[in-house]
Amino acid sequence: MSGEPGQENYGRAAAAGVIRYIMVTKALSVKRLSKSFGDKIAVDNISFSVGRNEIVGLLGPNGAGKTTTINMILGVLEPAAGNIRIEGLDIGSQRPLALSRTNFAAVYAPLPGNLTVYQNLRVFGLLYGVRQLPERIEELLMQFDLSPLRHVKCGVLSSGEQSRLSLAKAMLNRPLLLLLDEPTASLDPVTARAIRRKIREFAAVGSSGVLWTSHNMHEVSEVCDRVLFLSHGRILLEGDPRILPQQHGTGSLEELFIALAREPLAHGAA
Amino acid sequence: MSCTRITAIVLRQFYLMRGSMSRVVPLFAWVAVDMVLWGFIAKYLNRVFPSGFNFIPLLLGAVLLWDFLVRIMQGITIAFFEDVWTRNFLNIFATPLSVLEYIGGLVLTSIATSSLGLVVMLVLATSFFGLSFFAYGLMLVPFLAVLFLFGIALGIFGSGVVLRLGPAAEWFIWPIPALIAPFAGVFYPLSTLPPWMRHLALLLPPSYVFEGMRGIISGGPASGSALLLSGCLASIYILCACWFFIRMYRRAVRTGLIARYSAETVS
Repeated sequence: MSGEPGQENYGRAAAAGVIRYIMVTKALSVKRLSKSFGDKIAVDNISFSVGRNEIVGLLGPNGAGKTTTINMILGVLEPAAGNIRIEGLDIGSQRPLALSRTNFAAVYAPLPGNLTVYQNLRVFGLLYGVRQLPERIEELLMQFDLSPLRHVKCGVLSSGEQSRLSLAKAMLNRPLLLLLDEPTASLDPVTARAIRRKIREFAAVGSSGVLWTSHNMHEVSEVCDRVLFLSHGRILLEGDPRILPQQHGTGSLEELFIALAREPLAHGAA
Repeated sequence: MSCTRITAIVLRQFYLMRGSMSRVVPLFAWVAVDMVLWGFIAKYLNRVFPSGFNFIPLLLGAVLLWDFLVRIMQGITIAFFEDVWTRNFLNIFATPLSVLEYIGGLVLTSIATSSLGLVVMLVLATSFFGLSFFAYGLMLVPFLAVLFLFGIALGIFGSGVVLRLGPAAEWFIWPIPALIAPFAGVFYPLSTLPPWMRHLALLLPPSYVFEGMRGIISGGPASGSALLLSGCLASIYILCACWFFIRMYRRAVRTGLIARYSAETVS
């Protein structure tokens, strides 16, 4: 009996240590990341982080380096320099562990069209090592209104249904870092709003962070806690999407986006 | 290595097979055609040359073993092509799946698909043409093992070539067995070949198998040491093929090809 208080204290200390680790460790930490394709610099020495329960918008014109950045975070593109840590795990040296805490949805990466909705979720659930997979699949089918489509091949789904399926797959493993590349691009306004709500709920519950790219500035203002403006591979601006336009003398985030896209290097220098 | 992730790769192929006759039928249709064709050729030769020599184990046995090797190789490459055709690399390689787990999944898929072809060939060869595998004795086991290992090596190498050169390069892969067959002495002794071809044949594990098979048919023993050597050679080829595939994968990750595979090149 005399050992019990000590054990209790030890347990509390360990739990506190875990909580402190979770609080201190960012969902994503990117440092001095660079990538070139031949002579073209796609990403130029960028550093940023995504905190827990935070939704960060990665904005920028086409070719700014957003997708290249996301591909490097996903481990499918090797950086020329810099490092990426997911939950403190280095993507280069601890790839399987780091990627088991990540997931993504992107319009340019549809799930195989020759498998059904359920089959795709099952295969990817196994790849991500999801526990209690059948229950998790049922939960997601309900959550994303995919239950009636469970035995439908993905190739015949509408683009909106495919987007919902991509999001369901992205949430299979309850990722601590969720990467979304234009997740609502092909959705009708009602579905897009519902999806935004689901993603906000996802970020609010637990300790996950979300990195989100979108060209819809209203959506970004509504959803993101912080935005990064990327142009020519560099981060030009960073801040709260609701405050940034005022700070830079523009009426809206969209006007600020257009101004930055037109003169990205001048703003960057400023 | 995670068994769960390897299972995922196999399960994906199982789902594809289960829902598609056009995937299942070729697993046994072409080998069945080969069995029937070469079975009748061997029967005809038995009639034309009534010397008492039985062409069935020589020709039909050779075709069966060769088709087994080809099925093993194609089992891997076709499973790999499924990911090429559906542009699935970004999805699967952004998961915790490692390259070796992926290769492991392809190999297991190939074992399952080629086993089906092997069973069909065995049934046809024995029931319709009287090919007795007892004629080969226990040596049939190492024969199949060597061909299995070499088929895996070819399949992994072929997949690596397509990973490097892009989807259109699959047309380089289909003829590989046809290019190897003349050197492997599937239907004739290696002594038939000119010296330069014979030297190359010694580097090919199947050539030892077919020499051994002919040795048994002609009443002599198969060389155990030669088969051991061929097994070692085939194992080395598997290691080289894995090295090659991993190297091509890393190159694709470095250049960005994995994420934009349909472009075939990122330069």
